[in-house]
Amino acid sequence: MPAKVITITSGKGGVGKTTATANIAAALAALGAKVVCIDADIGLRNLDVVLGLENRIVYDLVDVVEGRCRLRQAMIRDKRLPELYLIPAAQTRDKSAVSPSDMVRLCDELRPEFDWIFIDSPAGIERGFRNAIAPADISIVITNPEVSAVRDADRIIGLIEAEEKGPARLIINRIKTDMVKKGDMLSAEDVLELLAVELLGLIPEDEGVIISTNRGVPVALDGKSRAGQAFRNIASRLNGEQVPFMELEEQSGFFGQISRFWRKGGG
Amino acid sequence: MTRILDRILNRQENSAYKAKERMKLILLHDRTNLNEKVLEVLKDELIGVISRHVEIDEKAVRIEISQQGREQRLIADIPIRAAGRRRIG
Repeated sequence: MPAKVITITSGKGGVGKTTATANIAAALAALGAKVVCIDADIGLRNLDVVLGLENRIVYDLVDVVEGRCRLRQAMIRDKRLPELYLIPAAQTRDKSAVSPSDMVRLCDELRPEFDWIFIDSPAGIERGFRNAIAPADISIVITNPEVSAVRDADRIIGLIEAEEKGPARLIINRIKTDMVKKGDMLSAEDVLELLAVELLGLIPEDEGVIISTNRGVPVALDGKSRAGQAFRNIASRLNGEQVPFMELEEQSGFFGQISRFWRKGGG
Repeated sequence: MTRILDRILNRQENSAYKAKERMKLILLHDRTNLNEKVLEVLKDELIGVISRHVEIDEKAVRIEISQQGREQRLIADIPIRAAGRRRIG
């Protein structure tokens, strides 16, 4: 079956596009799918570092588009997950080096060989975003429960609909349960009500994400991490499984165990 | 129990509640390019056009933006003065 192209975008920078791309792709590859990730953030490449593949780059996306190498030569194979590949962004060029039709052509060439093609969009609503969205079959918008991120997400959802790449599906990242409980952070329900799109996943704030990224290993491969579990759940949902959304109120760890015990005991 | 009561009473003081109320207005404005001022102008012009053809209760005219999902709609509620009652009332 030809690949589905998934573009992950957000409008605002720093909300977790690259982390989400790396982790959902890795989770799908771990389930046995053949996956390629394209870093469309030309000039600010980062997906290679998050995936721990930065030392193996020879050619990049712009080299492919400008014909300096064959597509195969720019594809880096992940040694941990042999069905996961990366096409890195160029670091020394800018977004105008690639056009939306280049991206469509590139994806059409990749489609027969893969199950999933992931495109990590740059922040913003300019050329880089249009490049990233052009070949998309599924558009994923990621946001944080924070006013500026939600506002930008709404804008991006509107643009995706205008480009007829909708309906966008939403991931809410970095939810701090204790702040939500205190009424000091928008809850997942609040964000969903404001943006009025279909929910794809909820990712709790988790220090494990930074630790994994330091090591260059996707957190989705860490069986103990809650964020990792949330990313694996998203992968399963993309595979068509009905996975219930995580109970974000439930705490993990020793204190979580105790509070669960008391709750059970107290009825 | 007191904590739950506290939470209900303090709800409107919550920063998350404030954020949500602000976001509702911001997103509505972003999506439609309409604000209170533009709505007022629109209302005055509508009253002008409609009163040329039918007598309306100008003070009771309401124009609102209604939202359903990601769709916005302008709703105008324009009460018409009944022709027969005009002289009696």
